[in-house]
Amino acid sequence: MADVAAVDNGHGTGTGLSNNKLLMWVFLGSECLLFGGLISTYLIYRSRYADGPAPGDIFDIPFTSVSSFILLMSSLTMVLSLSALQRGDIRNNRVWLLATALLGSLFIGGQVYEFTTFLREGLGYTTSPFSSAFFTLTGFHGIHVSLGIVMLVSLLISSFRGTLTKERSETVEIVGLYWHFVDVVWIFIFTVIYLVPSPTS
Amino acid sequence: MTTTTENVETHEGGPDHPTDAKYIRVAIVLGIVTALEVATYFVEMPGALLITLLMVMMVFKFFYVAAWFMHLRFDSPLFTKFFVTGLVLATLVYGVLLTVFEFWTKG
Repeated sequence: MADVAAVDNGHGTGTGLSNNKLLMWVFLGSECLLFGGLISTYLIYRSRYADGPAPGDIFDIPFTSVSSFILLMSSLTMVLSLSALQRGDIRNNRVWLLATALLGSLFIGGQVYEFTTFLREGLGYTTSPFSSAFFTLTGFHGIHVSLGIVMLVSLLISSFRGTLTKERSETVEIVGLYWHFVDVVWIFIFTVIYLVPSPTS
Repeated sequence: MTTTTENVETHEGGPDHPTDAKYIRVAIVLGIVTALEVATYFVEMPGALLITLLMVMMVFKFFYVAAWFMHLRFDSPLFTKFFVTGLVLATLVYGVLLTVFEFWTKG
């Protein structure tokens, strides 16, 4: 079955798998190293908050919990959009793609609010090694979510132009893989950065 | 042709994927685990127990999303190998880095 799908998409390989999908998985494997580096750097510097606010003083766990739940549910809407397209249900595919993009935007809105709140409370990018590591890690993740939203909007435009059909469902699957990866990275960040007890001043 | 069993739908010309109902059940489980994670913030417990509980729930959620939403349960094992290779490499490299910086002993 997978062989037929790969050949139909014009991406037949010696493995019988789609080149595009394989490339996305290799990319996601390499992204583990990027985020691993950023998370490790944060862990090393989280106790070095100099005269600025300490992580334990500034994190708003209830607010971040809601943001995390929103991103988690966007993974559900993403997979439902793929499922709809694989059934040939174009209307529901568009509905779920739009819902995913909106939930992603809501998450980014929450992150912008969190960053501006931290800035008002005296935590700037260069305030301390902790703040630099925190903003770099969560900022990089936010950029990934934003790129995902751009991809989702591109899929929606393709759908309205009539080029996103059941036969091209692999495109949605590949964007979905990226989106779910961004979600699993946040699962890691939410626990390690926010929920594990942080130093207080 | 699309045939539906309890949890898995088979599409002609494509891999087997779960049904929408199964995806919703997976999301409910993930929501419950997230709620349990957040609950630990409001409950007093020893640090070692708290961190162990949080790590177990985080790893469960991580692999649950990868298995069901990213379809690693159903797709070619080669995809899993590429992803796990990156994951293991990152864990080893940054495990060494954190050890060098005495993170485990000095935090």
